[in-house]
Amino acid sequence: MTTAVESGRTADVIVIGAGAVGAATAYFAARAGLRVTVLDSGPLAGGTSSACEGNILVSDKEAGPELDLSLYSQKIWREDLAEFADLFEFESKGGLVVAASERSAQSLHDLTERQRASGIQVTNVPANSLTDYEPHISKKLTAGAFYPEDAQVQPMLVVAHLLRLARELGAFVHTRTPVTGFIRKGAAAIGVQTPQGDFHAPSIVNAAGTWAGNIADLAGIHVPVLPRRGFVLVTEPLPVTIHHKVYAAEYVDNVLSSDAGLQTSPVVEGTDSGTVLIGSSRERVGFDRTVSLPVLAALAAKAIDLFPVLEDIKAIRHYHGFRPYCPDHLPVIGPDPRVPGLWHAAGHEGAGIGLSAGTGKLIAQSIIGISTDLPLGSFAPERFEQVLT
Amino acid sequence: MTDRVFDIGVIGAGPAGLAAATAAASVGLSVVLIDAGSQPGGQYWRHPDEQQVGETDHAGHHDWTTFTTMRSALHTAMEAGHITYLPDTQLWLIDPVKEATARRTLRLTNSYTAGPEQHIARRPTEVTVDQLILCPGGYDRQLPVPGWDLPGVMAAGGVQALLKGSRTVAGRRAIIAGTGPFLLPVAVGLAEAGAEVVSICEAGAIRNWLPHVAAAAQVPSKGLEGAQYAALMAKHRIPYRSRTIIRAIHGETSVEAVTTCKVDSSGTPIAGTERRYEVDVVGLGWGFTPSLELPVMVGAQTRRDVDGSLVAVVDDQQRSGIPGVYIAGEATGVGGASMAVAEGKLAALTAAADSGRPISPRDVSRLQHKIKRFRGFAVAMHTAHPVPEAWTGWLEPETVVCRCEEVNYGDLCTAHEELQADDARTLKLVARPGMGWCQGRVCGYAIAGIAASLCGREPSEEDLRSQGKRTLASPVALSDLAALNNEIHL
Ligand SMILES: Cc1cc2nc3c(=O)[nH]c(=O)nc-3n(C[C@H](O)[C@H](O)[C@H](O)COP(=O)(O)OP(=O)(O)OC[C@H]3O[C@@H](n4cnc5c(N)ncnc54)[C@H](O)[C@@H]3O)c2cc1C
Ligand SMILES: Cc1cc2nc3c(=O)[nH]c(=O)nc-3n(C[C@H](O)[C@H](O)[C@H](O)COP(=O)(O)OP(=O)(O)OC[C@H]3O[C@@H](n4cnc5c(N)ncnc54)[C@H](O)[C@@H]3O)c2cc1C
Repeated sequence: MTTAVESGRTADVIVIGAGAVGAATAYFAARAGLRVTVLDSGPLAGGTSSACEGNILVSDKEAGPELDLSLYSQKIWREDLAEFADLFEFESKGGLVVAASERSAQSLHDLTERQRASGIQVTNVPANSLTDYEPHISKKLTAGAFYPEDAQVQPMLVVAHLLRLARELGAFVHTRTPVTGFIRKGAAAIGVQTPQGDFHAPSIVNAAGTWAGNIADLAGIHVPVLPRRGFVLVTEPLPVTIHHKVYAAEYVDNVLSSDAGLQTSPVVEGTDSGTVLIGSSRERVGFDRTVSLPVLAALAAKAIDLFPVLEDIKAIRHYHGFRPYCPDHLPVIGPDPRVPGLWHAAGHEGAGIGLSAGTGKLIAQSIIGISTDLPLGSFAPERFEQVLT
Repeated sequence: MTDRVFDIGVIGAGPAGLAAATAAASVGLSVVLIDAGSQPGGQYWRHPDEQQVGETDHAGHHDWTTFTTMRSALHTAMEAGHITYLPDTQLWLIDPVKEATARRTLRLTNSYTAGPEQHIARRPTEVTVDQLILCPGGYDRQLPVPGWDLPGVMAAGGVQALLKGSRTVAGRRAIIAGTGPFLLPVAVGLAEAGAEVVSICEAGAIRNWLPHVAAAAQVPSKGLEGAQYAALMAKHRIPYRSRTIIRAIHGETSVEAVTTCKVDSSGTPIAGTERRYEVDVVGLGWGFTPSLELPVMVGAQTRRDVDGSLVAVVDDQQRSGIPGVYIAGEATGVGGASMAVAEGKLAALTAAADSGRPISPRDVSRLQHKIKRFRGFAVAMHTAHPVPEAWTGWLEPETVVCRCEEVNYGDLCTAHEELQADDARTLKLVARPGMGWCQGRVCGYAIAGIAASLCGREPSEEDLRSQGKRTLASPVALSDLAALNNEIHL
């Protein structure tokens, strides 16, 4: 007979969601000595964390709370998680941002100035030196900037290994166990309901990614996390052709944009397995899963503009995911004062893999009640409430 | 030509597709028939390129007159302008249905058969259709076994395709193993072409047939085939061993020998029954599995069939449940060429009726009756020749399972034990089987079986579907994709 504690029915922390953010949260909480139970409605990494690209970027950020979190996360990946780097194919390959016109060369230049001032490492690359970085890159570009800190991981392996490490520290991971409601004691949340029975813990973390808003609804509160669709094209495996993550300067504008319409900007990178991933598109179409040929066509065209050698290369498949975003493009991270016992760790939009490590560690600190390495004020879950009143 | 609209698009010119296209044309519908092959006939009526060898004898082909009759009907309909036939053409994407017109646009490119001289200008890159009949057929179902990645090991269907398509014998001393009646024509075909066939190894027990004789008897031509093969096997002295499998394939750079052994009814090897044969060709035949990327792409429902493969769900008139989409042939369940022909015809009649054409209800019920009989035979055959339930026990940790990505069985066990991968999709995500060039066409069925056996359960529809989903029906050049950028509007 297993007791409630042995199967994780009673824990110190329940993490809802086995994506990158949930996995990192579970790992850091377990490492801090807490008894952790992870619940996911699907298999592990069944959400957006298996429908993305796995870049850990600083190059697309500007001064502000997200950059602070990015730089902090960089540190966690490179220090706290350094010993596991090979397990999830962490590679500090560097990012190359390129401009295609004089005008965008100028704005890239200005961007790098500001980023340097905020602590990002960046080297400006004149047009005629771009081939030193990428031998096959288009000859028509006007300027570039190289970001040595940009890195890459295999996100599914991040999730699988962080959860394994958490389990080795005593955590339980229950897949195919959807959370359907909260167990309350007054205002506080003290457990969750699932079709597989109840789970109890004084601290519950909502790490349900794009579906975090639904979990908030179950707790009777409002946390606006919405889907922003993105497509990725995958090529046949190639000998190493593309060495860094390479993208056009316009990508940064798209990342920061609030426009609901379709935006595509080329983001091209090789992977360990030889395939080249071609992103990226952003559009707000709810959870529409139908293929969009205009998006695929634009991605292919723009990738060929950057790397003419890709012209005859074949795409073997495409996939899409739904980035979890909040209206102000900042994640929600921290305790929810409206429901004592409930934390949120969601809404990382197009950066949730990179930001997962830092987020997980901060949430663990917050739960055990020590002061967090970064202030969480800008990420406060109740901030949207205040906007309304 | 790019904006031609057809009443019906038929995908695949095998038995099902040829029947569907010609039947649809005969009731007055305009048809575009798209096929990746160079000549009509599909897998079953695969034959040497007639432009090169001229009309030849058709040894090894059954129902050849069924084929030539349909081929004449195809040519007549083409001349009359009722069928536009596009060989050497691969359909790589079906657009989502257009709301305003309820039509679908099909995206086309050169298939692997198209030579360099067949430049894209000769063929449209897209056609638009009101209704769609999917007849994509199937391919060999493969199970890994130690050494199966050596040159000289082929799927039984591949051996047959070489024989039928180019009259080539793959080697001099062959062994054929797997399960099902299909092993017989392959072995006999090799022997007739001059190879020595040292044995046929059938994993099942022949007496499994007895309970199903009744079902088989309803399709007389099938019984006849069996008798013919028995005579030919006797003539070529091909030993037939039941409850026998190939346990391992040996060789340095190509096949040199195999070890066979006896198995019990679950497929578990019986110690001490090993035998070694020196051979240079191995044909492994575990039946066929349907190509489901097109049905899945349009959103059709799927299920796990009696033979364990993923198949598309259709009603008793070949409707897929998705308005305007019909499915016929192997994709609805592996059942042989005659059933595929009947289903193709029925799909065309149903599509015609659904678009307001008068059709004969008697034809419909006659076809339904035929299909029912064939299906009975197919179910009996699948039941008598299951993939042995214990087959994953034949694998060694170092046995390659996914050849594209070089993933071995041990990698999958680790992914399950350490990383909690408890379904086929998660195995694929963390260990990469099925992620390479063939996108799981070769290993998908095996991965689903391995995932299930690691978890101690039956493979589920979900396991299979995660391997059968392909967001592009075939690889497509980035330049082809990019070219659409100028043509389409948001
Ligand atoms: C095309 C694309 C490219 C991207 N590229 C990058 C990139 O390069 N770098 C980067 O950092 N980020 C990238 N992202 C963003 C990144 O993928 C996400 O930010 C990140 O995966 C979010 O992780 P998560 O753990 O919050 O959510 P998810 O991975 O979605 O996990 C949430 C989990 O919650 C579960 N869940 C939902 N409801 C319930 C319930 N009721 N009960 C239990 N469980 C539930 C889900 O099943 C899911 O497994 C990309 C996204 C897209 C779409
Ligand atoms: C190698 C092999 C040998 C066989 N030998 C025998 C035998 O001896 N006896 C027997 O009874 N049965 C045999 N079978 C089974 C028999 O061939 C099938 O029952 C029959 O061919 C099914 O007809 P079909 O029309 O459904 O499919 P198929 O004959 O497979 O035809 C499907 C056609 O669709 C085309 N196609 C698929 N997808 C696309 C796409 N996206 N774009 C363009 N074209 C596409 C394919 O190229 C193919 O030409 C064999 C099967 C195989 C695979």
